Amino acid sequence: MELTQENAPVLEALERMKTARLVPFDVPGHKRGRGNPELTAFLGEKCLSVDVNSMKMLDNLCHPVSVIRDAERLAAEAFGAAHAFFMIGGTTSAVQAMILTAAGRGDEIILPRNVHRSVINAMILCGAVPVYVDPGMDRRLGIALGMKPEDVEAAILAHPKAKAVFVNNPTYYGICSDMRAIARLAHEHGLLLLADEAHGTHFYFHDDLPAAAMHAGADMAALSMHKSGGSLTQSSMLLIGDAVSEGYVHQIINLTQTTSASYLLMASLDISRRSLALHGKQIFDKVIRLVEYAREEINDIGDYYAYSRELANGGSVFDFDVTKLSIFTRPTGLAGIEVYDLLRDEYDIQTEFGDIANLLAYISVGDREKDIERLVAALSEIRRCYRKDQTGMLEAEYIQPKVLCGPQQAFYAPKKSLPIDETEGRVCSEFVMCYPPGIPILAPGELITKEILDYIRYAKEKGCSMTGPEDMDILRLNVMEE
Amino acid sequence: MELWFTEPHTENVRFSMKVDKQVYSGKSEFQRIDIFDSLEFGRVLVLDGYTMLTEKDEFMYHEMIVHVPMCAHPNARRALVIGGGDGGSVRELVRYAALEHIDLVEIDEEVVEACRKYLPQTAGKLDDPRVHIHYEDGLKFIRHHEDEYDVIVVDSTDPFGPGEGLFTREFYGNCFRALKEDGIMVNQHESPFYQETAHAMQRAHKRIVNSFPLARVYQVHIPTYPSGHWLFGFASKKYHPVKGVDWAKWESLGIKTRYYNPKLHAASFALPTYVEDILKSEEPEEE
Repeated sequence: MELTQENAPVLEALERMKTARLVPFDVPGHKRGRGNPELTAFLGEKCLSVDVNSMKMLDNLCHPVSVIRDAERLAAEAFGAAHAFFMIGGTTSAVQAMILTAAGRGDEIILPRNVHRSVINAMILCGAVPVYVDPGMDRRLGIALGMKPEDVEAAILAHPKAKAVFVNNPTYYGICSDMRAIARLAHEHGLLLLADEAHGTHFYFHDDLPAAAMHAGADMAALSMHKSGGSLTQSSMLLIGDAVSEGYVHQIINLTQTTSASYLLMASLDISRRSLALHGKQIFDKVIRLVEYAREEINDIGDYYAYSRELANGGSVFDFDVTKLSIFTRPTGLAGIEVYDLLRDEYDIQTEFGDIANLLAYISVGDREKDIERLVAALSEIRRCYRKDQTGMLEAEYIQPKVLCGPQQAFYAPKKSLPIDETEGRVCSEFVMCYPPGIPILAPGELITKEILDYIRYAKEKGCSMTGPEDMDILRLNVMEE
Repeated sequence: MELWFTEPHTENVRFSMKVDKQVYSGKSEFQRIDIFDSLEFGRVLVLDGYTMLTEKDEFMYHEMIVHVPMCAHPNARRALVIGGGDGGSVRELVRYAALEHIDLVEIDEEVVEACRKYLPQTAGKLDDPRVHIHYEDGLKFIRHHEDEYDVIVVDSTDPFGPGEGLFTREFYGNCFRALKEDGIMVNQHESPFYQETAHAMQRAHKRIVNSFPLARVYQVHIPTYPSGHWLFGFASKKYHPVKGVDWAKWESLGIKTRYYNPKLHAASFALPTYVEDILKSEEPEEE
C-alpha cells in the first residue's frame, strides 16, 4: 500500500500492537504500567500501555527497516528533505550529529557566536575548532543578529580548510540570516551548510515565514519538533540533503543514541508530522494571527517594543520570524528577566525567558485568545505598577570572543579553579551561559576579559539563571593552567 | 415522569432540582447554555452545567452586588458591569436615576440573547437607553479604559470557565485604572465553605488586596449556590463600605428592595471568624 501524509506508521503500528494483546516478557519492566501503579495513576494507563520496547512489529530506531523507516520517509517528504531521522535525545542530539558528521579533530566550522551550547559541546567531543563570525548586534535591543553573507565569505576565504558553515535559522529572538546566499557561498567553496532550526520547524509549512533551511539549500538541519511542531519534549528531527550520506549520518547518530528509544516520543513525532503536513498552513495562520494581535496590543501599551519584520536590513537581519513574540522591555526601566519574574510571581504567567533587555513569550497553536489578553493586560499592569528610571541599565554590546585554543583542548587541559574576580586574562576551560537561551558568554578556550566579567556580574544581579561552570554558584571559574 | 437537574457542588456533594421542562439549550463559542423551568426555583439559567441564577433567589445576588457599592458611593454617574449577561445587575443599576451611563461587557452574546427571550425577569431592563452592551472579553475591554467609571460590578462566572481571566491580578489592576479616583469595584468572590471555592476566593482576595488601598469582603445568602454562603468583594480607592455612608440619602431614593437594606449592608461586612482567618492570611501585616 502506498503511504501518504494521512498515514502515521508508528502510531498505526502501536495501535496494531495493542489489539494483538501480547503478553510482555520483555522490557520495560513496568509491563504496560501494571507493575508501577503510582506511575500509571499519574500518567494514565493509555500512556503506559504504549511505553514499549522495540519489537518486530514496531521496528527499531537504531536500524529502521519498517514502520519507523516509513515514518521517516513521510517526514522527509513533508519537510522536503532527502532523508529525515527521528531524534529522541532532543535537538541537542540532532545538532551534535550535524557537527560530528561534518567535522573531525582540528577541522574548522564557521559559525556565529550566538549558537546554542550543544554546538560547542559537540566540538568538545570531536575536536573541531570554531571560527566565529561576528553576528552584529542591535545595540538598542541588545540582541545578537544574523551572519551577513559577505562576513561568511570573508571567513571562508580566511579559513580555506573549514568544513562547514553553521547557521541559526532563526535565533531564539526570531532573527534570520540570508540562508539562500549562505548556501550558495558554502557550496561554491565545497563546504556543508548546517542549520540549527530548533526554533524554525514552522518555516516548512507556511509561505509568509522565512525560508526553511532545507528549502534554501542547506545540507543538514536540526528541528525541535517539540517547540513549534507540537510533539513531546525531547523529540526532534534531523533532516539531510543529497550531499550527505544517509548511512554515515546514521552511524554517527548511533554513536551516542540510546538503544531503547521511547515510542511515546517517536509516536509524537509521527503524529505531529502528519498534523503539520495536513494542517500546517491553518495552524500557523492562527499562530501568526495571535502573535500579530499581541504585538499590536503590546506596542499600544507604551514603552514596550514588540519587534517584527521592520528590523530587516537585508544583511544581519535578512528576515524575521513573525511567530516570535520578542519584547524589548528596557524603556520600562525593567530588565527582561525582571518582567519575566514579575509575570510569574505576581501574575501567574510563565514566559519562555527574559534576558537583560528582552522578554520572549512563546505563542503556539495551543494558545487561546483569552490567554493572550491576560499576557497583554499583565504587561500593561507591570508598566503601571513597576516602571522605573532607566539609568544604570546595561546596554549590551557584542563581545567578540577571543579564541585561544579549540574547545576540546581547553576542556581536557590541566586546569585550576579560581575565584571569578581573579580570572581576568586567563583562558576559560568551561562554559558560562544564561539559560535560557543557553548561548555561551564564555566557552572553553576563550580569554576571560573585564567586559565579560562585568556582564556576568550584571546578569547575575538582575536575576538571570547562570549555568555551565563546575561551581554551580559561579563564584569560581575553571581556567587553563598557564 | 421525574426529571432532575443535578449539579455537583463538590466531588462528593450534589444539589438537585426537580425540573418541569427544559425551555432552551444551546452551545455557544464559549459555553453550553441551558434554561429550564424547575418546580421549586422557577426558571433556571445553567452555564456549562453550573447554576447561574434561579428566578426564586437571584434577587439576593443582584441586589447585594449592586446596592452595596451604589449606596457607598455618594455620587455615581457611570457604571460598568463585566459579565452579567443575564441582565440582573443592570436591572438593579437602572433603578438609580442619577446613573447616566451603564456599560455591560459580556463575552457571550448568546447568553444575552437567550436571557432576553427566556428570562425577562432579569434581562428586562437591557433596553434602557443608558445601557450599552459590548460583546467582548472583559479583560480586553477594561484595558482600553482609564479614569472613567464610578462603579465597576464584576458579575462573573467561576474562575474555571470563560470567567477565569476575571479572577486575575492583571484584571483587578486594570479595573483600578479604569475607575475614577474615588471609584468602587465589587466582584463575585466565590464561597469560603468548600475547599475548591475557598481557595479561589483566597486567591482573588490576595490579588485585590495587591491592587486596591481598601479591600473588604461581604457576605450574602444564595440558596442555590454551593453551601449557600457566598461572598462579594468590595474594593475601593476612597470610600469605606460602611463608615461615613449616607444611609438616609439612599433611603430617600425610595428604591424598593426585597433583600437589601442599609442595616443588612452594614452587617454583611461582619464575617464568620473562619472566613476572616482565611482572608487575613492574605493581607499585609498593618491591615
